[in-house]
Amino acid sequence: MKAKIIVMPRAEVLDPQGEAVRQGLASLGYDGVRHVRVGRYVELELDSTEDMTASATVQRMCEQLLANEVIEDFEFSVES
Amino acid sequence: MNVAVVTFPGSNCDDDCHYVCRSVFGATTIQVWHKEKSLPSGVDVVILPGGFSYGDYLRTGALARFSPIMEDVVRFAGRGGTVLGICNGFQILCEAGLLPGALIRNQSLRFICESVPVRVETTESQLTSALEKGRVLHIPIAHMDGNYFAKEDTVRGLEDSDQVLLRYCTSEGEVSDASNPNGSCANIAGIMNSGRNVFGMMPHPERASETPLSSIDGRELLAGLLGGSL
Repeated sequence: MKAKIIVMPRAEVLDPQGEAVRQGLASLGYDGVRHVRVGRYVELELDSTEDMTASATVQRMCEQLLANEVIEDFEFSVES
Repeated sequence: MNVAVVTFPGSNCDDDCHYVCRSVFGATTIQVWHKEKSLPSGVDVVILPGGFSYGDYLRTGALARFSPIMEDVVRFAGRGGTVLGICNGFQILCEAGLLPGALIRNQSLRFICESVPVRVETTESQLTSALEKGRVLHIPIAHMDGNYFAKEDTVRGLEDSDQVLLRYCTSEGEVSDASNPNGSCANIAGIMNSGRNVFGMMPHPERASETPLSSIDGRELLAGLLGGSL
């Protein structure tokens, strides 16, 4: 099974990387970009063949390591 | 005084800490490899030094937090043992949940390496008990991710219970946006836990502990922890 995880800075956390990317886009002439946020995408391949078990495992992985919930939110999907 | 300095893969201030503890303060100092499962017996102070543990992969401090030695560091702290995290050590302590909040990318997106003024915010700590509140110390910072972030109520909690150790300020001691080098919430440069035995700071006191290094202000902080005469 494959898990696809997206980790993003929380809304209330300033994202200087996103702001720098927005400025970079503006300097390329893309003026219409109001807001950019930069996060992280993680793909995992799992031995598990059961959706429920895999989801529960990935949830724990995110909470324990892949995201820091003080500063980040995460979401994921699991597919075979 | 027995000090353990933990070395993670990628630590680069471990030798400096070891040197200062031993040579400046005369403390018995042991370097402990992160794969050890327990701290040496009789340790009084544990230092998590600066550096780039695990190459800062994922998030700063996120992987070091799972190094085998950390279980015993957490136990040691839980028993009231004194732990000091400097720079990457501070990041690791936050990731390990021993200190609240997190250190994120500097607002400028630049690595900052300079000596900065920081103001002593409390004297109710081992590190600062001999200093006056409001005293300005000049201590180097050297980091890419030193922007302290915590939720508003967490910051308020730290302030209400007098857990803020140091804030970035001007040379005159004024705390302002202009004197904030990295965007930290409330100019916070260092904090402690509610038990007042776990300390984290972005400035490097070990780099300001001997006269040839332009400032000896860091030595005054470490003296509170390590004792010995100045």
